[in-house]
Parts: sequence; structure tokens; C-alpha cells
Amino acid sequence: MGLKILTEHINVPGIETLEVYRKHGGYKSVEKALKTMSPEEVVEEVKTSGLRGRGGAGFPAGMKWSFLAKPEGVPRYLVCNADESEPGTFKDRWYMEKNPHGLIEGMITSSYALGANTSYIYIRGELMFILRILEKAIAEAYAAGLLGKNIMGSGYDLDLHVAPGGGAYICGEETALLESLEGKRGNPRNKPPFPAVKGLFQSPTVVNNVETISSVPWIVNNGGAEYAKVGIGRSTGTKLISASGNINNPGVYEIELGVPVEEFIYSDEYCGGIWKGRQLKAVVPGGSSVPILPANLILKTAAGEDRLMTYESLSDGGFVTGSMMGSGAFIVFDEAQCIVRNTWNYSRFYHHESCGQCSPCREGTGWMEKVLHRIEHGHGHQQDIDLLVSVAKQIEGNTICPLGDAAAWPVAAAIRHFRDEFEWHIKHPKEATAPGAVYRGQLDAVTA
Amino acid sequence: MAETINEVKFSDAAMAEIQRYISHYPEGRHKSALLPILHIAQAEFGGWVSPEVMDKVAEILDIQPIEVYEVATFYTMFNLKPVGKHVLEVCRTGPCCLRGADELINTLKRKLNIEEGETSADGMFTLKPVECLASCGTGPMLQVRELFYENIDSEERVDEFLAMMRQKEHETPVWAQQS
Ligand SMILES: Cc1cc2nc3c(=O)[nH]c(=O)nc-3n(C[C@H](O)[C@H](O)[C@H](O)COP(=O)(O)O)c2cc1C
Ligand code: SF4
Ligand code: FES
Repeated sequence: MGLKILTEHINVPGIETLEVYRKHGGYKSVEKALKTMSPEEVVEEVKTSGLRGRGGAGFPAGMKWSFLAKPEGVPRYLVCNADESEPGTFKDRWYMEKNPHGLIEGMITSSYALGANTSYIYIRGELMFILRILEKAIAEAYAAGLLGKNIMGSGYDLDLHVAPGGGAYICGEETALLESLEGKRGNPRNKPPFPAVKGLFQSPTVVNNVETISSVPWIVNNGGAEYAKVGIGRSTGTKLISASGNINNPGVYEIELGVPVEEFIYSDEYCGGIWKGRQLKAVVPGGSSVPILPANLILKTAAGEDRLMTYESLSDGGFVTGSMMGSGAFIVFDEAQCIVRNTWNYSRFYHHESCGQCSPCREGTGWMEKVLHRIEHGHGHQQDIDLLVSVAKQIEGNTICPLGDAAAWPVAAAIRHFRDEFEWHIKHPKEATAPGAVYRGQLDAVTA
Repeated sequence: MAETINEVKFSDAAMAEIQRYISHYPEGRHKSALLPILHIAQAEFGGWVSPEVMDKVAEILDIQPIEVYEVATFYTMFNLKPVGKHVLEVCRTGPCCLRGADELINTLKRKLNIEEGETSADGMFTLKPVECLASCGTGPMLQVRELFYENIDSEERVDEFLAMMRQKEHETPVWAQQS
């Protein structure tokens, strides 16, 4: 059992109430920060911790905080990104549902560090039941003097509100999120200006993921240096992994960064192995936007080393033989799954979710969906594979926001690693479209 | 005070909830409350937002109706046409498909005798496939109003679910409950 920074008390009955949460040391970081530390000292601790953004990009949180502009007389905002819509990701929903005060404590301590007096939690609209849980906990915190004016007699004021979205994956992108929070369509903004200079209501703003913010109290209580001791290299601390797909124990696991992938998949402490006694075919280790890897490459790097659950190890080999940590959504495929079908499914998702502002993304995602649909349904042409690769290339890097890349990468990676499966679909449309048909060639290559 | 345009009238509880959201934003930034208000409107008026309802929302926020239309059409949660009593928002995305989401959608289609986007003849169910609902570990799953129904992975589970829903009234949203 590794160290639990976020989930130590998560199964304590009643932990969602202020009383029980405080009994287990809750809100200590608020008292410590507001009464004994300057905001700059809190930022320093977070920098020292090496904590990286848990929303997907992995940008160091302390560094992001230190970029926040601080013009005189202009309010600053902290906005928590609880949009959680990346397919495969459900850790933030799970965490907020079980431990709402953990996030609220993190919001207070982090808002203090940034000098924000009003903060928002933007949550995807489908999670209205979580919004209710958060609002109940926020009301408790106000009643106890942990929010509002002069928190714990420190002279620091903070209002905290929860805002629901309306069903749009793109609103997880931070500038689309800010547009949405202003009551508009979720169209990502051109950058610069960056949110740190002009964000919510044209004011300096930090946007951080739920898990990032919820990690701050432990860092304040124990010190950034202590946090940095956990994990490996630049992958410090612990990470919540959403494990889904064809495994025995799907769910959310807090791991110390550095657990070997093989242990994560097969140990009973985590995924508990592949279900139905089947074999592992592939894994998407960081949410639908990151490259898929076949079994051999997810377990070992191209150099033959054990692949570890760290930012560096998961991306070892770049996009040729590696992938990414992303949001920590670990999606496992057994031998009976069809990669072509899954790739088509993802491309439909990105086409559906493209906001339509940039033509390479709007047209390219539609095109990829159409071509993949025809391959999957037995009408593909041999040239379609190269066509897909070329469309993906034209989207990549040519768009306002990273959704374009996120749509292109999974297609490119699926073809890179499972080209023979695509070819088989095109050459043998009858066999490939028979119910339950799956190409086994790749798997034989892995197990041979 | 009667808040009516074309007979669209929010209840007092809904108006109070709308005011609560408006109060969360700085002076002059009340448009931020648009999405929450559209959710309240949808819950108030039968699970969808009509042009008349959107016009009323524009009036409450003192913005142009087009500002409401362009937002309501962008976000997938807002239904712009009448729907059945229960809108079955079934996750159709990859991770749930690994655990049987395609089968769930097909079973629902067969049992309700409808295609995606349609409403059953008795007006009870609308089938609305949606993208990942952040519940992939308990898929296949679906959402109805504010609640999730998870691990619906067999024909028996579908039957149980449909039988339960046929008896079920909507939960009253917290803001509309008498305290
Ligand atoms: C299309 C798209 C969707 C995103 N969705 C989310 C999301 O649901 N949650 C999240 O925290 N970050 C999401 N991000 C990343 C955010 O833009 C942003 O980097 C993040 O919230 C910053 O927080 P962090 O530094 O704490 O990770 C998304 C980015 C893109 C491009
Ligand atoms: S890349 Fe796609 S989602 Fe992002 S701004 Fe352009 S069109 Fe919109
Ligand atoms: S894929 Fe269905 S909830 Fe995520």
C-alpha cells in the first residue's frame, strides 16, 4: 500500500460532513496558511513540491501560479476545472462525491495563495448531483466561518461558488471554460492573452484541475519538500488513476507515481487483471486523447525496460513507441476488442465535440469519422489508411486549441500500431463485419 | 408580480434559485447565470426549452434572445424539442463500449421500438445517446435527469430498469423542495 495523500480518509463514514472531515484533520491547511504563512510562501511550497497539473497537460502548478499577473486594484480569480469529460476519466467526479470538503479546503488555501477573493468551481452540467453535494459542503463551510468574510479571524475574505456547464467536452479546455462561465458558447479563445493576464471577466485567472487543487492542503501541512520525496524524478506525489475497460476491478486508485504498469494491471490491489480470463491487447493510458499502445509496448518500453506509471516513462519513446499520462484515465482492452471500431468511436466523439471554429478541426474530424465509419462497416478502400494518416497530419498543430491534436493523435497511433488490423478490415469486409469478429494477428505477434 | 410572456411563468422557487445564481457574479456579469437558468427552465417546463421559454430567460437576464438561443443550441444538455417523460441519456463512448454500451443501446431500441433521438409511442421514454458521463468504471450506464444508473450490462438489468422507470416520478430538484 502506497502513501495516500488524497484518499487516506475517503472511506470514513460521514467524511462528506464538515464535522467528520475536521475530526480527521480537515481544514488544518487553511488555518496554517492563513495564520502563519504569506501567500508567497504558499506558492513557494507548491513550487517546491513539484506538483504537476492533473487535468492532462502536466504543467507545474507552482510555476503556473507564479505567472499570475497582479495589477493593482484588479480582482484575480481561481477557477477549478471540474468539467471532467475526457473519455475514460472519472476520478474528479468520484473524489468530489466522496470528499467534497477536500476540494473546498484546497480552494480556500489555493485562493489565498493567489490573492483571489472570489473563486468558482466549474462543473460539467451532467454532474448536477455532485454540484448539490458541493453546495451543501460549501454552506457548512460558510456557517463555520471557513468561507466568507475574515476567515478564521485572519482578515482574508473568500466567496466560493459552483457553476454548472451544459454538456460540451470542449468546455474542459480552459479558455472555453472561461467563455462558458461568462454565459457564452464554449469557443476556445485565441492566446495570447493567456488567462494568467486576461482570464475570467478580463481579469488575471488561474485554472486548475480538481485533483491539483485538492493536493495543495497536504503540501501546505507537510511541506513541498516532503511531497517531492514521493514519486520518481519529475513525477512527484500521488495520482488518481481512473481504471476502466476489460479489467476485473474498474475504479479509481490513488497510486504513488512510479508503480510499474504491469503491477497496476495485474495486482489485486489495483485492476486485478484482465476479466473473463482473457489476454491483454492494448491500453490507452491517459484518456481518449493519448496514443493507444499494444500490450508489449505498454508493459515495456522499446528499450525493454519496465514501463512505469510516471509522466516520463509513459511518454518514453515519444509518439513512435510511447504515449502520455494525460488525465490518468487508464483504459484497458482485452483480446476480444476491435481497434478499428474503437478508433471510429473516438473519432465520432471528437467530431461531435469540435466547436467548429477552425476548419482543419471541424472538417478533419468529420472526414476521419466518415472514413473510419466506412472501414468499420465493410466499405473501406486500401487508400483510406493513408488518407486517415494524412488528414490527421493536416489537423495537428493547425488549430486554435489542442482538441484538434487530441482528435488526430489517437487515429494516427491506432494505425501506427494496428495497421494490419485496419488492412484486414478493408480486405475482408465480410469477415470483419460478422458479429463479434476480431482480428487476432496482432495479438499472436505479441504472445508468440 | 406576474412574470409572464406567452404564459411562461417560473414558480417562486425557481425564481429564487435564479436570483441565487445571479448573485454569484459581479455587477454587470449576470449573464454568467445563463447556463444554470437554462437548467432550471428545463426542469420547470417538461424537460425541454421552447423558444418562448428562451425568450423569457432573455427577459429575466436583460439580454438579447439571440444570446440565449446561441447558447442553448451549443450545449447538448438542452433539449430544443419536446421529449418523453424520461430522457434516457445513454453513454455511447469507447470505455463504456468495452463493457457493453452498444448492446445496451440496441436493447433499448428494440424494447422501446424507437431509434436514437425518438420518443416511445406511449410518450414515456426518449432515447438520447450521449458522450462519456465520467462514470466509465461502472459502464454501461445512463443518466435520467440528475441521476446515474450504472452497470446495466444484461437484458435482465435493462428490464428491471425500464420497469422501475415506468413507475417513477421525477425527483423534485432540491431548490424546489419545501423546507
Ligand atoms: C479539449 C480539452 C479538454 C480538456 N478537458 C479538461 C477537463 O475536463 N478537466 C481538466 O482539468 N482539464 C481539462 N483540459 C485541460 C485544461 O485546458 C487545463 O489545462 C487544465 O484545467 C489546467 O489545470 P491543471 O494545470 O491543474 O491540470 C482540457 C483541455 C483540452 C484541450
Ligand atoms: S481545434 Fe477544434 S475545438 Fe479547438 S477551437 Fe478549433 S475547432 Fe474548436
Ligand atoms: S465512457 Fe461511458 S461514462 Fe465514460
